Amino acid sequence: MVVLASTLGYLLSSLAFDPRSNYQGANPPIPESTINSKLDNLGVNPAKPLLSRYATWVGNVVTGDFGLTVGEQDVNEEISRRIWVSLRLLVLGSILGSVLGVGLGVVSAVRQYGATDRAASMLSFALLSTPVFLLAILLKFGAIDINNRIGTTFFYTIGEYSADFSGNSWDLFVNRLQHLILPTLSIALGGIAFYSRYQRNAMLDVLGSDFLRTARAKGLTGRQSLFRHGLRVAILPMATFFAYSFGLLVTGAPFTETIFGWNGMGSWFIVAVQSNDINAVSAVIVFSAVLVLLSGLLADIAVAALDPRVRLR
Amino acid sequence: MSTEKRITRGVLIRRRFMRNKLAVAGIVILVLMFLLAFVGPFFSKYRWDELDFLALLQPPSSSHWFGTSQIGGDVFALTVRGLQKSLIIGLLVAVFSTGLAAIAGGFAGYLGGKVDRTVMWMIDALLVLPSFLIIAVLSPLYRGRTWLVFVVLLAAFGWMVTARIVRSATMSLRERDFVRAAQYMGVPAHKIVFRHLLPNVASILIIDATLNVGATILSETGLSYLGFGIQPPDVSLGSLIADGTASALTYPWLFMFAGSALVLTVLAVSFIGDGLRDAFDPGSARSKNI
Repeated sequence: MVVLASTLGYLLSSLAFDPRSNYQGANPPIPESTINSKLDNLGVNPAKPLLSRYATWVGNVVTGDFGLTVGEQDVNEEISRRIWVSLRLLVLGSILGSVLGVGLGVVSAVRQYGATDRAASMLSFALLSTPVFLLAILLKFGAIDINNRIGTTFFYTIGEYSADFSGNSWDLFVNRLQHLILPTLSIALGGIAFYSRYQRNAMLDVLGSDFLRTARAKGLTGRQSLFRHGLRVAILPMATFFAYSFGLLVTGAPFTETIFGWNGMGSWFIVAVQSNDINAVSAVIVFSAVLVLLSGLLADIAVAALDPRVRLR
Repeated sequence: MSTEKRITRGVLIRRRFMRNKLAVAGIVILVLMFLLAFVGPFFSKYRWDELDFLALLQPPSSSHWFGTSQIGGDVFALTVRGLQKSLIIGLLVAVFSTGLAAIAGGFAGYLGGKVDRTVMWMIDALLVLPSFLIIAVLSPLYRGRTWLVFVVLLAAFGWMVTARIVRSATMSLRERDFVRAAQYMGVPAHKIVFRHLLPNVASILIIDATLNVGATILSETGLSYLGFGIQPPDVSLGSLIADGTASALTYPWLFMFAGSALVLTVLAVSFIGDGLRDAFDPGSARSKNI
């Protein structure tokens, strides 16, 4: 599947992009031969047939070389710098989103039609209808407003850490954390809304079931039966949704990274599309395909761990 | 019993739907949004592409209801134009992608075998990559062309999940007697799919088409926000929000109206979709409700 996705990514971007336009119309004009040699160097010269370009690219990628960007930088180097920025955001965001979402869903289901449930339902409906970019912008403005009110910069809205920062490693950690809060929140909030809706309904199904009544009857307290018998069953479909929703998260990253000025894979993707950078775009697509598949694998493992029926098979 | 008036299924569904307060609220909001988008321009004093050089960056007032932009565009006219574009795109794409999903899922489920494997393979391949990334990569193809190409692309990458649902529904219908009877009468496969199978999954299609409107509006505005969707000089809610946020702290009217219109529209659509699901299928509503 990764092979398929990367093939699709490379071929589509090769078809859609015109790398030559980066050099044309420059003043003074660049001679045609120079452009050609530059394009050859990147391996994206349209004069060469698409399939042979693709074969070269695949050959290099298999040996771990993603080629050069339009700016003639090593794609591998860019990836190794940016991948951690994005992963920090995505992993934290998805963990926070799924854990808090599942928790909220359980609480809403147990107190169905209570005040918590109603507030959570309305809030998640509103959050699910708000696109990531609007949410990120609103968070950013809200944070700036809070900063102005309390008179110090508590939330940082640009970058991963302050560039002019000096201090010991603990201060640096705190500083990074202050930068991390808002982007992570903007990714996690959507996840919380998404998971809490599904978890609430899955939990409601389970709450009325016979085996939960049996668990109560044999003398478990409400809480014990809920966590050991109820949640364990109700959380199973969530594991499958986790794989699906990870694609959603990957889609959110370009917006969040652009709005909060993070130099991660997502913001790189946007720059790469704008500059007709076939090699960089293909690298980002491989990255996201790997992520989506890894999350699917994780979901399968989680299901196997929770569900004895799957393990036996 | 016999004295009671007979209720048709349509009436029953309509009654169940009208009992759902949120769904009715959704309908009201959506109707208001449509009125704003398509009747609003007649009340506006300015056209969306008209610039008022005497009023740059003015807050909302009686002459410019939603204020003006940096270059003197009337924000009310712009917002209405953007809303129009986003609504049209949402509806068109929802109809196209649900139609595509019905055909692909219906034939895959009914014919099985090679057709089924091919369709499922395509679905899996397209689901591995977030469609947002693919459309962004393809965006240079429609730059400078009509926005209808954009609509086709959005539909082409938005049918997979619905097709899966339709496929599994068709597979369970395939063995039913009325389908068997049609087969033995020699009805060709395409007629069975269109006349006998798809009408039976109509409720799924209607619900998904509604929910797809919301999903499409979200992805369209997202792409337009980054400049990969509707191209200037034309506007959509996404590009309006993008233009407005640069200086939105001091001039909030530049993007607040477009932002609220967007959230309200998507919210209304998801309420309606929810209400439809409850109305069509009260039993399963609790388990799949979102």
